[in-house]
Amino acid sequence: MAAGPSTLPGRRSARRGLAVNAAVTAVLALAAVAAVALLLWVLAYVAGQGLRYLGPTFLTRTPPGDPAQAGGGFVNGIIGSVIIVGIATALSAPIGIAAAVHLAEYGGRLARAAGFLTDVLIGLPSIVTGAFVYALWVVNFGFSGLAGAAALFLVMLPLVIRATAEVLRLVPDDLREASLALGASHARTIVSIVLPTARSGITTGVLLAVARAVGETAPLLLTALGNDLFVETNPTHRMSTLSLQIFNNAVTGFRTAQARAWAGTLTLVLIVLAFSFGARLLGRRGIAHSAR
Amino acid sequence: MAPPTSPTGPSTDPSTCPAAAARIEVVDLTASYHGRPAVAGVNLKIEPRQVTALIGPSGSGKSTLLRCMNSMHLTVPGAGVTGSVLLDDVDIYTAKISPVEIRQRVGMVFQRPTPFPTMSIRDNVLAGLHLGRRLGRGSHDDLVEQALVRAGLWHEVKDRLKAPGGRLSGGQQQRLCIARALAVEPEILLMDEPCSALDPSATLTVEDLIKEIKQTYTVVIVTHNLQQAARVADTTAFLTVPAAGEPGRLVEVGPTERIFSTPRQQATEDYITGKAG
Repeated sequence: MAAGPSTLPGRRSARRGLAVNAAVTAVLALAAVAAVALLLWVLAYVAGQGLRYLGPTFLTRTPPGDPAQAGGGFVNGIIGSVIIVGIATALSAPIGIAAAVHLAEYGGRLARAAGFLTDVLIGLPSIVTGAFVYALWVVNFGFSGLAGAAALFLVMLPLVIRATAEVLRLVPDDLREASLALGASHARTIVSIVLPTARSGITTGVLLAVARAVGETAPLLLTALGNDLFVETNPTHRMSTLSLQIFNNAVTGFRTAQARAWAGTLTLVLIVLAFSFGARLLGRRGIAHSAR
Repeated sequence: MAPPTSPTGPSTDPSTCPAAAARIEVVDLTASYHGRPAVAGVNLKIEPRQVTALIGPSGSGKSTLLRCMNSMHLTVPGAGVTGSVLLDDVDIYTAKISPVEIRQRVGMVFQRPTPFPTMSIRDNVLAGLHLGRRLGRGSHDDLVEQALVRAGLWHEVKDRLKAPGGRLSGGQQQRLCIARALAVEPEILLMDEPCSALDPSATLTVEDLIKEIKQTYTVVIVTHNLQQAARVADTTAFLTVPAAGEPGRLVEVGPTERIFSTPRQQATEDYITGKAG
């Protein structure tokens, strides 16, 4: 053991270590508080602005013909969002989950290539998918809700694939082996054991992709275009969505229109929050619980 | 999808008409991962209605050898097998038997209990039958009860068959997995260190169960626990790694008492007396 003289500097450096530790802890906590405070500020501001106009009228009426007029609402945009995102989800969820099963359960060169492309697609700016659908579809068939759904499908697909593949990888191999050892085929094991075990996690992934798609605006500008005049439920025609109406009303410069845009923003935030909370709730009683 | 595998299907009463215990003969078997043999040149006969224990140090290929007996080994990417495994004189690797059919005849219980987390106790017991599509819809209470009785779990769970299988204790979960394997009416039950995740009293319960089910089935058990091999096995086979980097080899096989009292090979004696491994 070291004698007296060497313990003093040792203790001093230990004290310095404690000080550094406290400082680092404080800095990190401050960063966390700042990040959360910023988010809360955004939410509070949106809520404050939105609540001035959000009400029954807003949720049941279409905007007035003259954007300078007060009153009216975004019901056509809300209905359009439901239809367009609904179509995009109905397409991207089954295809994305199937692709993720191939990625996670079968593997091989094709799966690796698809996994890489999925990562690339996740990083693709959504305006690019809008431009792509515009060039391929809108130029030939015109603006429509379906074109918008196609663009959102391209936004959602890689998100669903990535989320599902991650959850499938969390399913313990023990369960797959146990199923195979009982005489189940590989396909049967996936359908009856792996997918049910991962169900809540997959649902979470799909919900988060839906939340993302609901807020997308850029790809819809080039595809669904918008329709502020009346409620359109036929997706082969041009349609409005909540996000498009927020954009169109916000850029007019009229205070009346901007009031509607704020109310729309708050509605959108509430919808996205609802999906995110739903995803969290499902995720909590998801894989961690069921894999035990 | 799965053809009926034995004349006694699940419709007949298994408690009065137990599935015939089958015999396994391993002939010059070498099993490899990515071309590297893990266990090589194994010749071993496993007699029906007996417990055969595979013992040996880690890496000697006990589990790999066991997993060759129901072709689970080949489910691992890069795995290969040469030689043959005869199930009642039919080679499972050359005959036109699907791995699915083999695994319905040769059941398996793993190291860690693996009840299916999304299923109730009842559905867990019936899982093998449903997965193999041998059962229609229905409650199949009789099959559930028989399997749970044979696994010694019936009295503990009969009032909560709809509870999730994951709620049971570790020992109960493992017996549930045994019930699940027995419900498929296999002829052979392979057990890969079935007690290594259990506490001592649950271990004893499972060991009693093994002695019970060997009257109907052929049992092969891999164990790290020499006392366990001595307690439950009629025949013991010792595997070891002759030198680092070499595949595991079967050194000696014989009646358990003789293996433990008068081993014929020095390597066996060293392992049993704790000098090696």
